Amino acid sequence: MMIDAVLFYVFAAIAVASAVVVIGQRNPMYSAFALVVTLCSVAVIFGLLGSPFIAVLQVIVYAGAIMVLFLFVLMLLNVKREKDSPSRGQRTLSGVALALVTVLVLQAGAVLLRSRPTPAPDYDASTFEMAKILFSPHFLYAFEATSILILAALVGAVVLAKKEL
Amino acid sequence: MTPLAEELLVTFVKIVIVVGALLGGFSVMTWVERRSLAFMQYRLGPNRTGPFGILQPIADGIKLFFKEEVMPVAANKWTFLAAPVVAVATALLATAVIPYGPPFEAFGRTLQIQIADIEVGLLFIFAVTALGVYGVVLAGWAANNKYSLLGGLRSSAQMFSYELALGFSWVTLILAARSFRINDIVDTQAGGFWHWNVVVHFPAFIVYFLAATAEVARIPFDLPEGESEIVAGFHTEYASMRFALIQMAEYINMITVTVLLANLFFGGWHSGVPGMPESLGGFPLGFVWWGLKVAFFLFVFIWLRGTLPRFRYDQLMQFGWKVLIPVAAVWVMTFAVLWVVVGGGPR
Amino acid sequence: MASVTNTNTAPPVSPEVLAKPAARALREALGDRVLSIEDFRGDLTITVERRAWVEAARQLRDHADCDFKLFLDLCGVDYLDREDRPERFEVVLHLYSVSRKHHVRLKTPVPESDPRVDTITGVFRGANWFEREAWDLYGIVFKGHPNLIRLLTHESFVGHALRKDYPTAKRHVLKSSKEVLVDIPPGSENLLVNIGPSHPSMHGTFRVQALMDGETVRDAEAEIGYMHRNFEKMAEERTYWQIIPYTDRLNYCSSFMNGHGWALAVEKLLGVPAPPRAEAVRVILSEFSRIMDHIICVSTNVVDLGAITPYFVMFRAREDIYTLLEACSGARLTVSYVRIGGLAQDVPDNFEALCRAALASVQEVVEAGDKLLTRNIIFMKRFKDIGVMDRDEALSWGWAGPCLRGSGVDYDVRKDHPYSGYEQYDFDVPVGTVGDCFDRYLVRMEEMRQSVRIVEQALAQLPGGPVITDDKRVAIPPKSEVYSNIEALMNHFKLIYEGILPPPGETYGYTEGANGELGFYIVSDGQKHPWRVKVRPPCYNIYQAFPHMIRGGMLADAIAIIGGLNVIAGELDR
Repeated sequence: MMIDAVLFYVFAAIAVASAVVVIGQRNPMYSAFALVVTLCSVAVIFGLLGSPFIAVLQVIVYAGAIMVLFLFVLMLLNVKREKDSPSRGQRTLSGVALALVTVLVLQAGAVLLRSRPTPAPDYDASTFEMAKILFSPHFLYAFEATSILILAALVGAVVLAKKEL
Repeated sequence: MTPLAEELLVTFVKIVIVVGALLGGFSVMTWVERRSLAFMQYRLGPNRTGPFGILQPIADGIKLFFKEEVMPVAANKWTFLAAPVVAVATALLATAVIPYGPPFEAFGRTLQIQIADIEVGLLFIFAVTALGVYGVVLAGWAANNKYSLLGGLRSSAQMFSYELALGFSWVTLILAARSFRINDIVDTQAGGFWHWNVVVHFPAFIVYFLAATAEVARIPFDLPEGESEIVAGFHTEYASMRFALIQMAEYINMITVTVLLANLFFGGWHSGVPGMPESLGGFPLGFVWWGLKVAFFLFVFIWLRGTLPRFRYDQLMQFGWKVLIPVAAVWVMTFAVLWVVVGGGPR
Repeated sequence: MASVTNTNTAPPVSPEVLAKPAARALREALGDRVLSIEDFRGDLTITVERRAWVEAARQLRDHADCDFKLFLDLCGVDYLDREDRPERFEVVLHLYSVSRKHHVRLKTPVPESDPRVDTITGVFRGANWFEREAWDLYGIVFKGHPNLIRLLTHESFVGHALRKDYPTAKRHVLKSSKEVLVDIPPGSENLLVNIGPSHPSMHGTFRVQALMDGETVRDAEAEIGYMHRNFEKMAEERTYWQIIPYTDRLNYCSSFMNGHGWALAVEKLLGVPAPPRAEAVRVILSEFSRIMDHIICVSTNVVDLGAITPYFVMFRAREDIYTLLEACSGARLTVSYVRIGGLAQDVPDNFEALCRAALASVQEVVEAGDKLLTRNIIFMKRFKDIGVMDRDEALSWGWAGPCLRGSGVDYDVRKDHPYSGYEQYDFDVPVGTVGDCFDRYLVRMEEMRQSVRIVEQALAQLPGGPVITDDKRVAIPPKSEVYSNIEALMNHFKLIYEGILPPPGETYGYTEGANGELGFYIVSDGQKHPWRVKVRPPCYNIYQAFPHMIRGGMLADAIAIIGGLNVIAGELDR
C-alpha cells in the first residue's frame, strides 16, 4: 500500500524529530509539548498497523493524561529555562557517543538474533481480537495483577503525599 | 471513477458539509445564546443587524477580522500563535467520527453524514478531547500573564478530572452495545423511548451530562475563564481573530458533546414512538427527531448559564473526584452484575 | 504639655456631665490626666493628656461602666493659629457602646513641635488605616504603628494635605506605582497577583495584592486612594450648603442618604430641626436609596459568582427608584435634593403614585432574587461559612451596618438613635448568627423588605406643611417673597453672602447609611466654612478588614467576600 508507506515515513520522521526536540530543548515546556507530538505520531503508526484501539489508548493515556499532569506541574511550579552550564559541550559529546553505542549494540543484537529480517506475520489487531487475547486464561492473571499493582502504587503515593500535608 | 477515488470524493464532500455546518452552527449559536440569555434577563439582546439580529454573528466576524492583532511583549510568540489553532483543530477532529442524523438513500447508495465510521469511535472522541486541553494550556502558558496561567492551571486540572467521569459514563453503553461504534450504540435504542439509554442507563446519563458540561467549561463549571476571578482566564490576552478561534473551539466542543448526548442517550435519530414512519415523502424523518434533540440540549446549556452561579475550584475538584467518579464506577459494577444476572448478558 | 491645662487636680466638670457613667469611670481611672469633660448637643467629649491616650482608649473599651467596644473613627484636626487651643493638633477618637447605646469622643492635644502620639492599633484593630490617614494628611506620627505609610495620597507626595498651611494650589507630578505591597518571604515561589485597580470584580478603583499558592491566598494587602480627591479639604473652603453636592459623590449608589446625613449633622450643630413633612420625605427617599444600594450589592456580588441573571432581574427596580428621584430633584444619580433645614422643594403631585410603582417593583425583584438565589445549592456552597467575621472582631475593626449585623451585633442607628422620625415606624432589624457571606446576604435581603415596610408606613402618614424650616438664619426665603418684600430680599442676600453661621463647637452627626453608620464630625469656629469636616465612611472600616479575611482562603472566596462587603470607592477614598 503506497499511501500507508508514505504516511508511515512521514509520521516516523515527525516522531523522531520531536523526540530529538524533547531532549535537546532547554525549556521544559517545549520539551513536554514535543513529547506530546511524539506520542501522537507513534499513535498514528499504531493506527497504520491496523490497531486503532492501541493507537487511541496511546493518545488517551500518555498524551491526554500523563502529559497533562506533567504540564500542570510545570506550570504550577513555574519551572524556568535551564541555565547554560560550562560543561555543556562535553556533556553533549558524551551523550551523542552513548546514543551511538546503544544503537550499534541494538543493531548488532538484531543481526545476531535473526540474520535476515522476515516480514511480520499478518496479524488481526482489532479490538475484539485484542480483548480475546487479553482476557484469555493465558494473560488474564497477569493483566489483573498489573491493575492491582498500579492501584497499590496509587494508594502508596497518596499515603506518602498525605504524610507531608 | 475508481472505488478509491469515489470514496475519497464522498469523504471530501462530507468533510465540507460537516465543517461548514459546524462553523455555521457556531455563528448561529452565539446569536441564539445572546438572544435567549437576553430574554431570560429582561433584555433584548442583539436585534439590530438583519431580521431579529440574525446577522449579528457576521457583523461580529467582520469586526473581529479587522481588529488589531495584539500580542503581549512578554508572550512566547510561537506558542501564543499556535494555541488557538490547536484548540480549533482538536475541536474539529473530534467531530469526524460522530454521525449526524440517520443513514439515508441517495445517488443509489446508502449514505450517512459521518466522516469516518471507525471501529473505536467513542474512544477516538475521548482521545481527541483529551488532546483538546492543550489548546487551553498553551494559551494560558504562552501569554505570560498571571491570570492566563491560573486559567490554564484550572483548565488542565478540571478537564483531566472530568474526563475520567466522562469516560466512565460511556462504559455501560459500550458494554450493552458490545461496540465502540456510535452507530451501534444508537441502534440499540431503536423502538420505544423506553429503550433509550437515558432510561436504561440513567445514572450514566447524569454523570455524562455533568462531566460534559465541565469538559466544555460552561457555567457552573466555567472556572478556566471565570471572568470575575481571573479576568478571562486562559484567553485574557487574546484579541481579534485569535479570540474568535478560541470561541469557535469552545462552541464546537459544546455542539460535539450535545450531539453525542442526543446520540448516546436519547436515541439519536430514533423517534422513540413505535410505529412512527421512517420517512415522509422520501425525506428521512430521523433528521427531524435528531435535530430537535440536539437543539433542545444546546438550549439546556444556555439555560444553565442563565440560572446558576459558578462553583469554586476546590468544590469542583471534590465534586468530580468524590461524587461523579464513584457514582459512575458503582454504576458500572451494578450494571455489569445486573446485566449478567437479570438481563441475559454474556455468561 | 501646655501649662494652661497642667493642673494637679482634676478639672471642674459640671455635675450633669459627670452623671454619665463613662465620664465618671474615666475620671476615676485616669484622675488628673483627664483634661476636660464636656457635653455639647448630647455629644460626650473627653480630653485626655497625650501620655494617657492609649490607657484612656483601653479604659473606654474595657471598663464595665464604659464598654465602648465599637470603634468608629479616628482623625486629626489642625488648629493652626487658634488662640483658644492649647496645641496645634488634636487627635480625635469616636467610639460607640452597643450595650449602653452611647457615643463618646476622646481627644488629646498634640504639639506641633513634637507631633507624636502612641498608636491604639493594639486596642482597636480598625485604628490602623485611620492612623495612617492622620499621618498622611496631618503628619501626626503614631508611635508603634505597624505600617505607618501614606494611605490616601501617593507615596511620593510631599507635605500633608489637610494641614491648614498646605497650599491648595500646589501640584505634584506623581508617576511611579508601588509594585509590591505584601511581604514576600525569601525564596518563595508563590505567584504575586494584583487584583485591581482595574479588575472585573473590583467595584471601583482599588487594589488588592495577593500572594498565591496555587488557588490559595497566602498573604494579601490592600491599597486605596486611587479616587482620593480630599473631600474634607474641599469642605473647609465651602459653605455648609455648598458641601451638599460633594456628599452625593461619597457613596454614589445611594447619594440621597449622604446628603440626608450631612443635613442632619449640620442641623444638630445648629439646633434647628427640619419640619415633619421634610423628615418624612427624607425617610422615604433614604429607604429607597438603601434598597438601591442593597440591590447593587447583592446583584453584583452574585455576578461575581458567575450568575448573571439575578443581576439583570434585580437591577430593574433601580430604574423605578431613579425615576422617582428624578421627579423629585431633577437628577438621577447625584440628587442634591436635601437642604440644611429641609428639602430643596416639595415633592411632585404624583409622588405617591411613583412611590407605589417603585415599591411594587422592589417587592417583585426582591422575591425574584430570593427565588433564584437563597436556596440555590451552588450559591449556598459559595457563601456559607465563607468570610466569617465574628462579633468581637467586627466591633474591633469598626464594622457597621448590614455587615456588622450579619456578624450578630444588633446595632442600627435608625432603631437605637432614631432620627428623622424613625421612631414612628414599625420595622425589624435583621441580625445574622455566623457572620459569613450568606448572613450578610440574608440581612441585606431582609433589610430591603423592612425598608418597603417603612416606606409604606411613611407614605400612609405623610404629613402636610412646609418642606423647609422657616428659621431665617438657615433657610432662604421663598422666591415670591424675595421679589416682593425688602426683608426677605435682605435675608436672601445675607444668607447667600455670609452663609449659615453655626455656633462654635463640634458635633458628630450620624445616620444609618446603606453600608452602616455614616458619621460627619464637624468642627465649627462660628464662621461660614466649617473648620474641619471628617466623614466616617462605613466601608472604610469594612474594607480595611478585607485583606485579613481572605488570607488562607481561595481566590474565588476573596471575590465572593468583596462583593458582599459593598465597598464603594467614592466613599472609601473620599
